[in-house]
Amino acid sequence: MNWLQRHIRPEQIRELSLLLLIVIAILVFGSLIDGYYTFRTFNRIASSVAIITVVAVGQTLVVLTRNIDLSVGSIVGFTAYFVGTLIASYNSINPLLAVVIAILLGAGLGVVNGALVAWGKVPAVVVTLGTLAIYRGVLVDLSGAKTVTTDSLPQWLIDLPLLNVVPIGSLDIRALFALALIIVVLFHLGASYLSFARRFYAIGSNPEAAQLIGLPLKGVVFFAFVICGALSGLGGFMMLARFGNITVEAGRGLELNVVAAVVVGGVNIFGGSGTVTGAMLGAVLIGTLEQSLFRLGISEFWLNAVLGLLILLAVASDAVILQRLRALWARAELKLIADAPKKGSQP
Amino acid sequence: MTNAAATLKRWETLMFALLVVIIALNSLDSRYFLSIGNFINLFQLSIEKSIVVLTMTLVIIGGEIDLSVASVMGLAACVAAWTFQHGAPMPLAVLFALVAGVLAGLNNAFWIAYIGLPSLAVTLAGLIGYRGVARILLEDRAIGGFPDWFNRLGQQAMIGPLTASIVIFFALFVFFAIVLHGSALGRLIYAVGSNVQAARYSGVRVGIVKTDLFVGSAFVAAVAGVLYAARLGSVRGDMADGFELDVITAVLLGGVSIFGGKGNLVGVGLAILVILNLRNGMGLANITGNTQNYVIGGILILSVLAPNVWQDIRNKWKGRGT
Repeated sequence: MNWLQRHIRPEQIRELSLLLLIVIAILVFGSLIDGYYTFRTFNRIASSVAIITVVAVGQTLVVLTRNIDLSVGSIVGFTAYFVGTLIASYNSINPLLAVVIAILLGAGLGVVNGALVAWGKVPAVVVTLGTLAIYRGVLVDLSGAKTVTTDSLPQWLIDLPLLNVVPIGSLDIRALFALALIIVVLFHLGASYLSFARRFYAIGSNPEAAQLIGLPLKGVVFFAFVICGALSGLGGFMMLARFGNITVEAGRGLELNVVAAVVVGGVNIFGGSGTVTGAMLGAVLIGTLEQSLFRLGISEFWLNAVLGLLILLAVASDAVILQRLRALWARAELKLIADAPKKGSQP
Repeated sequence: MTNAAATLKRWETLMFALLVVIIALNSLDSRYFLSIGNFINLFQLSIEKSIVVLTMTLVIIGGEIDLSVASVMGLAACVAAWTFQHGAPMPLAVLFALVAGVLAGLNNAFWIAYIGLPSLAVTLAGLIGYRGVARILLEDRAIGGFPDWFNRLGQQAMIGPLTASIVIFFALFVFFAIVLHGSALGRLIYAVGSNVQAARYSGVRVGIVKTDLFVGSAFVAAVAGVLYAARLGSVRGDMADGFELDVITAVLLGGVSIFGGKGNLVGVGLAILVILNLRNGMGLANITGNTQNYVIGGILILSVLAPNVWQDIRNKWKGRGT
């Protein structure tokens, strides 16, 4: 087993290749578009990616456990609208409290999904297809077709998306993107090192085995949906901050973008493998393509066709290349084990 | 086996009882409900979705899913409109649309059956990609002005009071019922859906079964897309956007297991009737389309949840007895 194989896992190669793909995309677009390498481009991509990324982190956890949450778009719209209405009527509300309310509201909707999947034993696709319609429907009914408008919101919320958290020279890392980065780092570290979080992987790889060794299967699945709901709630708050104007249609169809980001990011749709960072890279790649194709003056109508092809290629490369890589790594490891006693026998 | 048969029986009884209750409530609520005209109207208003539900049933029983159907409907309609606008006679344009559908299906099948990718991912790419191609063709224009015979196809009664779309739906229902419940291919679909490994080791050519499923699904979606264009009389790039969710809802409500191998067309047929009557009844009672959507979402979840909870309670009861 050579040095490279000892220090890098196949999954990390996948992430590196995604990163490479993003770099290539940026170089190609940079040579095609005048004035592409500016911080404006960066900001535009970063702010369009931030919301998708946060929701995709939650979706990743759910997909890891062999489930799927199709209701995220409705949860984002639900929280964006109701937290927006709340802030609009109580302009003096503590900003932190508003964020916490958004997260709790999302988590509450996630509790419904999780309980129905884990204890109701209803397949996740059925539950979340239902709640996709239910959450949106309740939102439309309760709203009375009113909208949240920017002029009813307090100044801090309107300024938030432009708030510059980390000025590096003239490069801004704006608040929403910084928030997304923090979430990704937290969840990546958590999912990699917390023994609790490794259960997501264990259950997704082999539910029967996980149950036999005594992992609380239902509890973990439930928890994944609650976290996904909570992050979707946060995504709803971010959407409110970014757009200001929130109609009852906010976030409709977002679930497809989120699932696309997760799938492009190399999270196995059958559970058990994939990382939060991969999902973010997937979101960034899609966001870069979206924003750049738009700048290129290519008709926006081409975007979806390109995106569809990209998802297909990402999944195909994942299946074909990664399988070979894993086999290579496994062989190297076997060899290592086989070689070990020989060395030990001659002290 | 008898246990499974009993469960299936119970499912259809449940659906049928639900249907009877809904029809009874509706006819009490509005005296217009129990008229032939209303029933035809009921079918006609979402007949294209109902047609696609039939093939989706086969795909899900086969253990797969096809999220791209609505985009294939849109693509087929756009191909027909685009070729017609560029001078092709309408029959040829329809032929092009159907060919586009078959190509989309072959593309799905290639990645799923021969490369071995999950159908959820492949058809999600298809959902986005085929819609993209449709948009490239029409951009944000709407194309109409089709020949009269084409528009009549979608709008005018053909046999008695039935329109062509409704006739096609019933013909396809019978056809797919025979395929699924009376043919070798049907048995293979159940076999692949319940245990793909076992099917493969028993010598089933799984790749061919899956290819049949996805090409069939896309072809029927293309037919539905053309019929939709004929009914509306004009085509736009975002046509049939989001239909896939309604289609899948109907199939699952029909008692088909999302994990494959279980379910039948009778249950799905009843589910279509339940949804249509429910929507129609609520519409006559002035309940908005939005409320209708979430009532159906709730029924979808309850229809799977209720038997599970019932089973749990029975198990607990038995446990206490012994």
